[in-house]
Amino acid sequence: MNEYITLSLILFTIGCVGVLVRRNAIVVFMCIELMLNATNLAFVSFSRQNGNLDGQVAAFFVMVVAAAEVVVGLSIIVSIYRARRSASVDEASLLKS
Amino acid sequence: MIATFATATDLPDIAAPDIEYALLAPIFIIAGAAVLGVIVEAFWPRSSRFLVQTGIAVVGIIAAFIDTVWVFQDLDPVKDASHLARGKIAAEGALAIDGPGVFAWGILLIFGLLSMLLFAERRLEGGLSGFTGRAADAPGSAAEVEAIKHRVEHTEVFPLALFALVGMMLFATSNDLLTMFVALEVLSLPLYLLCGLARRRRLMSQEAALKYFLLGAFSSVFFLYGIALTYGYSGSFRLSDIDVAVTNRSDSENMLLAATALIAVGLLFKIGAVPFHTWTPDVYQGAPTPVTAFMAAGTKAAAFLALLRVFFVAFGGSSWDWRPTIVAVAIITMFLGAVVSISQTDVKRMLAYSSIAHAGFLLVGFTGAYIGSSDSSRVTSTSSILFYLTVYGVSSIGAFAVVTLVRDSGGETTHLSKWAGLGKKSPLLAGSFALFMLSFAGIPLTGGFIGKWTVFSAAWSGGFWWLVVIGVLVSALAAYFYVRVIVLMFFTDPVGEGPTVAAPSIMTTGVIAVAVIVTLGLGIIPGPVLDLAQHAGAFVR
Repeated sequence: MNEYITLSLILFTIGCVGVLVRRNAIVVFMCIELMLNATNLAFVSFSRQNGNLDGQVAAFFVMVVAAAEVVVGLSIIVSIYRARRSASVDEASLLKS
Repeated sequence: MIATFATATDLPDIAAPDIEYALLAPIFIIAGAAVLGVIVEAFWPRSSRFLVQTGIAVVGIIAAFIDTVWVFQDLDPVKDASHLARGKIAAEGALAIDGPGVFAWGILLIFGLLSMLLFAERRLEGGLSGFTGRAADAPGSAAEVEAIKHRVEHTEVFPLALFALVGMMLFATSNDLLTMFVALEVLSLPLYLLCGLARRRRLMSQEAALKYFLLGAFSSVFFLYGIALTYGYSGSFRLSDIDVAVTNRSDSENMLLAATALIAVGLLFKIGAVPFHTWTPDVYQGAPTPVTAFMAAGTKAAAFLALLRVFFVAFGGSSWDWRPTIVAVAIITMFLGAVVSISQTDVKRMLAYSSIAHAGFLLVGFTGAYIGSSDSSRVTSTSSILFYLTVYGVSSIGAFAVVTLVRDSGGETTHLSKWAGLGKKSPLLAGSFALFMLSFAGIPLTGGFIGKWTVFSAAWSGGFWWLVVIGVLVSALAAYFYVRVIVLMFFTDPVGEGPTVAAPSIMTTGVIAVAVIVTLGLGIIPGPVLDLAQHAGAFVR
């Protein structure tokens, strides 16, 4: 059981590090999706451990939410790319004090 | 064969869920209005679509508000509760329709209505709304010029805002963590899009949307992992079941601490508390001002209710673990918000840092965690925060409404130096902005003073007198900045031509007038609303 939770934590950490170090908005977003899927793994493992189905149901909800997030996220990233011909998060820096 | 028969008869009938439609009607009305808006978007002719969408949004919100008042009055007191609590658990345990939750619905709907009127303002841009005509066109492209020539407008902003409002209402009343996560996303996703739709300064607006989206998604994943760990710890998403597990310390301490911390990250991000505040100034500045107003008031109110509910109901048993951290966050948030707002040169960024400072003051009331006792009428943490959110939300919508009116040839002029001499140009407008500033600073006879007084009094009753002392000192520090803005508007000579004040339609004027009346009214006669907040009672478990 613990192996699955450990794997989920490792995936979550990889995603988290990816968000912090990568510069391309698409890749950052992929890393967030990786974190969401790591969470799904944790839900399903805990569901098995606790012996009820709530966690598995939660995993379905998370998948739907992730799909909706992809729609919104990609539309924002694509519109930025059209305007700037770049999806780098470093170049989007007009808003500074 | 026999085995299959046996399992088929052993299976219990799946009972149809029992949904209390009467109690949940305000949410259904807003969701219905949003869906209706989507249908209108597909079928209604473009020429009159904007008016129809405005009408649907406004009528829907007013209907939902009337129903909310009705629901609030009909909430039954909970028997055998040690503290005053009203309401019940509804929708198979997914939602808690209780006093604080329904009160929050009321204020969210008021914020929504005022923001919708700002959304619908079309006089400032020569008959077009403040949102971009076609978001798909690149800024400065030929397609954009064509869209402006044909006077295209995005009327989808109304359904999007209504969906965000549904999410906020669900977030404020969700009674299990999964519902809370779904509500968080339902409130956030439309807001990410709305942030990127400004008509002027589109690059900045898109940048704000990107930053808000990436950071918001990042923080909600932390929230989600916290939910997963809580589920692993307690075996349930239901707040009351988690409370039982937390009180009994059923599993390892470390897992509980990690779960609490991760959930706190997600919620503190939404209220804009330090160290999760960095998105606030950028997003507030870049987003279209009506959206900023909606976001500043609504998201903060909904997220605070969720924060209170999770930490008071589910993690109340481990308050010794989380309270020191929240105290530290409250102090840093107040201090940083107040100090950094002093160095700001942009009005919208200044208001953003002021909202961070207000999140800190609200956290002071939250830390006190004073739940009241039957023999005293002292204000509780929950009702003090509800009152503060009411005042803060209405005045900040008013302040952002003023920001939409101070303009030059490039649209809104938000640089603070351009605001010099506004008092001579338009004494009424500058006067109302000064009133909002005084309310933010917490000067007596404004609602902000009573709000600060109630949260500090709740923290004092909870035994955090030294935190109250820090809070009062920081408010004195923050007052310096607000007063400086007033001096700038009234006693400084304008640079060059000075600012121009656009003539708004009745809608923006009405919003500012309502905000002025509420801010003053709650400062002079706070009694009725304060009683109402106190009457809301505690959270239902």
